[in-house]
Amino acid sequence: MTGYIIRRVLQALPVFFGTTLLIYFMVFAMPGDPIVALFGDKGVNPAIADQLRAQYHLDQPFIVQYLIYIGGIFQGDFGTSFSGQPVGQILASTFPVTLRLALIAVVIEMIVGVAIGLVAGLRKGKWFDNSSLVVSLILISTPVFVIAFVSQFFFAIKLDWARATVSGEANFPELILPGMVLATLGVAYIIRLTRSSVIETASQDFVRTAYSKGLSKSRVTRVHILRNSMIPVVTYVSIDFGILLVGATVTEGIFNVPGVGRTLYQAIIRGEGPTVVSFVTVMVLLYLAVNLLTDLLYAALDPRIRYDK
Amino acid sequence: MTNKDFHFVADIDKTQVAEIDAVRISDKPTNLYLDAWRDLRKRPMFYIAGLLILLVTTVAFFPDLFTQTPPNDNCLLANSNGAPTAGHPLGFTRQGCDIYSRIVHGTSTSLSVGLIVIVLTTLLGIIFGSLAGFYGKWVDAILSRAGDIFFSIPYILAAVVIMSVFSDFRNVWVISAAIGIFAWPSTARVLRGEILRVKQSDYVMASTAIGVSRFKILLRHVMPNSIAPVIAVTTISLAAAIVAEATLSFLGVGLPTSTMSWGNDISQAQADLRTAPQVLIWPSLALSITSLAFIMMGEAIRDALDPKARAQR
Repeated sequence: MTGYIIRRVLQALPVFFGTTLLIYFMVFAMPGDPIVALFGDKGVNPAIADQLRAQYHLDQPFIVQYLIYIGGIFQGDFGTSFSGQPVGQILASTFPVTLRLALIAVVIEMIVGVAIGLVAGLRKGKWFDNSSLVVSLILISTPVFVIAFVSQFFFAIKLDWARATVSGEANFPELILPGMVLATLGVAYIIRLTRSSVIETASQDFVRTAYSKGLSKSRVTRVHILRNSMIPVVTYVSIDFGILLVGATVTEGIFNVPGVGRTLYQAIIRGEGPTVVSFVTVMVLLYLAVNLLTDLLYAALDPRIRYDK
Repeated sequence: MTNKDFHFVADIDKTQVAEIDAVRISDKPTNLYLDAWRDLRKRPMFYIAGLLILLVTTVAFFPDLFTQTPPNDNCLLANSNGAPTAGHPLGFTRQGCDIYSRIVHGTSTSLSVGLIVIVLTTLLGIIFGSLAGFYGKWVDAILSRAGDIFFSIPYILAAVVIMSVFSDFRNVWVISAAIGIFAWPSTARVLRGEILRVKQSDYVMASTAIGVSRFKILLRHVMPNSIAPVIAVTTISLAAAIVAEATLSFLGVGLPTSTMSWGNDISQAQADLRTAPQVLIWPSLALSITSLAFIMMGEAIRDALDPKARAQR
């Protein structure tokens, strides 16, 4: 097991450096001079501009800037945004919000998706199964901003059940509506994954054996069918959780959630190199960690999977 | 009583074994794609999706068949966010332009972005996925890690950055490239996985044994047998690309507002969501139905090509 983890971490290293280099290069290539933009309409003071350029290492060649930056990351220094705030601080204030949002979304996904998918799979071909498939198709093909607008319009504006936008605190109750919107796509995918996985598991020999041992239908469903159908669902949920942690740019923007996605988007639009690169770096680290954890979870769910020879 | 009467096994000529084993030379030879095509024609989903795709394509190529109202002329601010009137079935946008006409004329933008993106992702996906899966070892290690680099950045965010880099050259080609460059790894992964399976087959070993070159085996034997899931994934990613274009326009880094696209219309309508939701709903509906059509087609094709899914129905 340890050997496997070490191998995976070693494989992740080139991906980490590749991704950060790529994003650094893209941000570097953005047109416009962020230092000049800082002066606004006041006119550029060359002495201060040069001083700022030196402070942010903007006078160095691209690859040197990148190395200085990566060196800082390994010492726990995520750099400073052009407005003077340490990026680490921005991350610390936005990340918990996105984490809460992602947790709400994942919990909704798991409960609703698995419940509907399980019932649909057990009643293959009946009206419940067919209608849940149609609904999931419609959810998958509707863009998230449309779902966000429609639910904002109905639940917040027409029915007044929730606030249309989230306050600066972004506590749990306020995040339920955006969390529901974020969860819709996942719910649709989990319904389909659970359904086909349940259908496949239900036809296995061990399920027939369980029935012939005289176990009750509910026990067979819970212990034998459901548990053994969970691998694709767990994969999906963990990857989805990783994606949600990265921040849902669109949903966070529409509901004014002060999370990672919205902050990152604004940083890109303003050409804030250090903020963008730091956020993406953390995102990539998270993504790689979630991937590794997912693979380790397989082994916990299915004892037949072993990573060591 | 002869011994024969105690036979409990039926005589071979009285069973269907001969019938089943017989090779009917007169029958057309069948293959995966022919079977899938036969299966596809039995699915209502295939016909619904096909008709919708046909409709959207016709609208994209011949918008004038569907509306005589020019989309941008005669926009009267007096009609701003107006209700439907005769000749303007869906009402008016904030600028007083005809919503229906704008939707009809915006179709070709969405569809071209979708098509260019899938051409790009399929090309890159096939090159990276097939070489990584077939040659394995260090080729696989390098190409798969390269894919991971692009895969670990969410492609909407990456596209936002690219569109900011090219902020002065925003057009259909640039936005398609921005989406496609970060979307290909999923195609490559699907193909790689399928090739890993197919290259274990006996017919590949047989070709190797009679001395067919590796590259020829890949082209002639492995690729045709592993491309099926790619077809389904591609159809579905066409829908994803259309949605991505609208999302980027919605975020304000998509096509310039002078280009008519559903994403731009939705983006401009969001300010009036409280007072005039219909301005936002109609282009969103057009977008959703189009993406639904391609997703349904992709699912139908995937199920038809997958014998396991066929049995599940």
